[in-house]
Amino acid sequence: MRIYALGVYLFLYIPIGVIAVFSFNAGRYAAQLQGFSTQWYGKALSNPFVMEALQTSATVAAASAVLATIAGTLAALALQGVSGRPRMIFDALLYIAVMVPGIVIGISTLIALVTLFDWINPVVASLWPVADAAPQFHLGTGSLIAAHGLFAMALVVIIVRARVAGMDRSLIEASADLGATPFGTFRQVTLPQIFPAILAGFLLSFTFSFDDFIIAFFVAGSETTLPIYVFSSIRRGVTPEINAIGTMVLAVSLLILIVAQTILQRGRRAQPA
Amino acid sequence: MTGDTESSIAELRGATKRFGDVVAARNLNLSIRRGEFLSFLGPSGCGKTTALRMLAGFEAPTDGDIYLDGQRVNDVPAHQRPVNMVFQHYALFPHLTVAENISYGLRQRRPKPPAAEVAAAVARALETVRLPDFGPRRIWEMSGGQQQRVALARAIINEPKLLLLDEPMAALDKKLRHDMQIELQTLQRQLGITFVLVTHDQEEALSMSDRICIMRDGEIVQTGSPRDLYDRPKNRYVADFVGKSNFFAGRVESLEGETAKLTGPGGLSFIGYAGDGVGAGQPGLASLRPEQISLTRGTDGVPVSVVNRIFLGEHTEYLVRNPDLGQFLILASRQAEAGEGNLEPGETGSVRWRDGAALILKND
Repeated sequence: MRIYALGVYLFLYIPIGVIAVFSFNAGRYAAQLQGFSTQWYGKALSNPFVMEALQTSATVAAASAVLATIAGTLAALALQGVSGRPRMIFDALLYIAVMVPGIVIGISTLIALVTLFDWINPVVASLWPVADAAPQFHLGTGSLIAAHGLFAMALVVIIVRARVAGMDRSLIEASADLGATPFGTFRQVTLPQIFPAILAGFLLSFTFSFDDFIIAFFVAGSETTLPIYVFSSIRRGVTPEINAIGTMVLAVSLLILIVAQTILQRGRRAQPA
Repeated sequence: MTGDTESSIAELRGATKRFGDVVAARNLNLSIRRGEFLSFLGPSGCGKTTALRMLAGFEAPTDGDIYLDGQRVNDVPAHQRPVNMVFQHYALFPHLTVAENISYGLRQRRPKPPAAEVAAAVARALETVRLPDFGPRRIWEMSGGQQQRVALARAIINEPKLLLLDEPMAALDKKLRHDMQIELQTLQRQLGITFVLVTHDQEEALSMSDRICIMRDGEIVQTGSPRDLYDRPKNRYVADFVGKSNFFAGRVESLEGETAKLTGPGGLSFIGYAGDGVGAGQPGLASLRPEQISLTRGTDGVPVSVVNRIFLGEHTEYLVRNPDLGQFLILASRQAEAGEGNLEPGETGSVRWRDGAALILKND
């Protein structure tokens, strides 16, 4: 049994380990190790295409995480007041949003956005004073933010709601009893209580968007995110530069996940037993 | 219409609370006197907490009215009522320090009181609950008893017209609970604030309250001083809930004024104060407190055999048996037993009780 478990873990982590090891390879072929070097990191970071893709990814991740966190937190709080059948429907929709494969979200978002743009662009153009100067909606950073934000929102709702549900209701009553207005209670009691979950939700949303390839592939239009760049480079063969990028993305993602987990854990400990 | 503001600080007038089909409180009528220590006593689900929550403003009555200091407050939300509560599990804010918890109420006031004033008030409150220098501590560093004092300080700093206590002692161990009961009573006298306590613990209610309001199934059964309730219970429920009692079924022979005579099992007669609805010729119930019965080795009384004996220090509790009366309890004080010697289980003796010692209640 232990050997079996070991086999599973090796199968899972050996490819990742190989990428990390080979990113420090001095030679230029992926197949043979030729001593230690960090040159590929330097190369990756000085590659203008990589840097541009990184910037797009970071922008999209930050913007979608902010949107998802705000909308998701508000939704989680509002859902506290919903019960019975409507609550069941909302819950089901939330979990479906998280469980639906990325490719389905990608394709459906693409179809929805393209249909929407086809409909809205002529309307805007006909209303614009100078027809040629009318803004055109098209796929790009905006659609990436929208698609990632929507998906991540479901994550945030689930994380924040767990915390809201675990919160002692009597704290809110105690605050009201002591003369705090409903907004005062929200600001002074509810928000500090659920803040760890909000922060964790934000970090997870950021990582999700930053790492996502499938949804981005469909809705990115002419934009290139880091995962899309990596995918298109691989078609020209795996270079140590790609290994270096992969390792960096992995390190950043792991770091953020660990931070998010720590925040959630600590938040849980601070709650009264 | 306003309340009698001279003597009553709060009033429930026909207050009823329904949750869907469930009636949590039915037609509660109660006037809470200024400066008194009043307890709502009853088993869980009797509506005592609902009554408290209606006073606090967490529940609005479905019917009837709530008055606070002469004002009808049905529609006044909790945060605008001059009432504070000590919650069952204290509900202290875990993200704030002890001092921040205590000053929370003052910091909600507009205009904001000056920081120095708040700090001085917090120091005084901490002094009052005997936790000086605990201000900077975190809540989770405090023991259960200390947390309760913090909850108390957080409530009294606002000088509320009513201090509501929702089973505040439930989470404390027995020794601490006893200390806290004495402390709470002392504090209430010292501050002159009206205290309203909810409890299911009859000893707690008896030892602390000026008046007790006994509830059952959402209704008030009887309100009175602990002594009234003990000596003059209206019915079996109250007699059973307040203190221990032995009940013997029989027939009410006569009723003269407040005194009734009941003939019980084996033709034994019981004479005493008549409760609600007792009528001559009707079936009735004699309630006899264990301490009203004396047990001797002699034979000039009702013969009993001792089934069990529990030594309680100052008192000894006997469970005895008589063919007609069945098993019942006797509480014998050490003094009364002196010279007699203890009766051991299996030994026989005889019991007697004075005329007037019993209570004659309706058998329901």
